[in-house]
Amino acid sequence: MADIKVDRELDLKGEVCPFTFVKSKLIMEQMDKGQVLRVILDYKPSVENVPKSMREEGQEVLEVNQIGENLWEVIVRKVR
Amino acid sequence: MSFQFTEEQIKRYSRHIILPEVGGKGQEKLLKSKVLVVGAGGLGSPSLYYLAAAGVGTIGIVDFDVVDFSNLQRQILHNTERVGVPKVESAKMTLEALNPDVKVVAYNQRLHKGNVLDIIKDYDIVLDGSDNFPTRFLVNDACYFLGKPLVSAAILRFEGQLTTFDYRNKEESPCYRCLFPEPPPPGLVPSCQEAGLLGVVGGIMGTLQANEALKLILDIGEPLVGKLLVFDALTTEFNIVKLRKDKKCPLCGENPTVKELIEYDQSCDVHF
Repeated sequence: MADIKVDRELDLKGEVCPFTFVKSKLIMEQMDKGQVLRVILDYKPSVENVPKSMREEGQEVLEVNQIGENLWEVIVRKVR
Repeated sequence: MSFQFTEEQIKRYSRHIILPEVGGKGQEKLLKSKVLVVGAGGLGSPSLYYLAAAGVGTIGIVDFDVVDFSNLQRQILHNTERVGVPKVESAKMTLEALNPDVKVVAYNQRLHKGNVLDIIKDYDIVLDGSDNFPTRFLVNDACYFLGKPLVSAAILRFEGQLTTFDYRNKEESPCYRCLFPEPPPPGLVPSCQEAGLLGVVGGIMGTLQANEALKLILDIGEPLVGKLLVFDALTTEFNIVKLRKDKKCPLCGENPTVKELIEYDQSCDVHF
C-alpha cells in the first residue's frame, strides 16, 4: 500500500449501495487517466460491490484492505 | 471542474449514473438539454413524463387545448380536478411536482407559420405528438429548415407508428414528406375522435419517443432514422419498415417545391 500514490480520497462512511459506487464513479469521472482514487467504506456489501462495479467500468482495482473494525479501503486506478 | 451534483440529484439520477453509457457526464448532458414536445396529449403525456423524470433540463410544451374528461382515458399528465385547465398548465404542474430540476416552458398557443420557427429554434430536439396533419407538416418543415432532429409518432385505434428524422444530417435522413408528400384530403384519415384509440397505445409510442430523444441527447445507440416502427397492440407485434429518402420529395428532394412554411387548412377543430 505504501508505494501507491493516491491522488484523490473519498470518505464514504455512512453511505450504502449503490451510492458508494455512484459517488466513487462521479469522482473518477473528474480524474485523469492513470490517477488513483482511495475510497473509505464502512458498509460491508459495498466492499464487494464497489470493486466489482469499478472493474465492470474497465477500471483497475489495485487494493481492497480492511483498515479497522468495520472499516475498509478500496484503491482504484482510472484506466478509462 | 465538472458539473457538481447535489445530494438529491445523486440519488435521483443514480440509476442513470450507474450505467456505463450514461454516467455523470451523460446526466449532465441531459440536464443541459432542451426538448420541445408538440401536444400534451396521448403521446405527449408519457414522453413529457419520462423526459422530466430523466432530468431533461428544459422542456417546452405546445398545446392550445384545455383538459377534457375525454382526455383522461390516456393523457396521464392530467387528472379529473384539472378538467377545464389549459393542458400546458396542467402538464407543467405535474412535471414540476415530479422533478424540480426541470424548467418547463408552456406555450399555450396553436402553432402557425408566424410562431413555429421562433418556438422551435431554441430547442435541441422536437417531439411531435400532435394529432392533425396541418400541425405535423408545419412542425416537420420547420424542423427541416432549422436542422433540428424530429421524433415523430402517431397513434390510431390499436396501432402506433414511430420514426426519427435527423435533420442535422439532411443528406442522409429521409423527411416526413418523403413518407407523406402532402396532407391527405380532409376526411380521408379519421381522427382518433372518430376512430377511437386504446389509451395505452399512446403510452407505448410516447415512451418510445422519449427513448429516441434520450438516445439523441446522450449520443448512444442507433436512432430510428430511415426506419418506421409500426406497433400493433392486438398482436403485440413491432415491425420495422425501411424508409427511403425520395429524390422527388417536395421538401428534401433534388428539386424542392416547398421552400417556405405552409399552413394547411384545419378541417375541423381537433384535440390532442
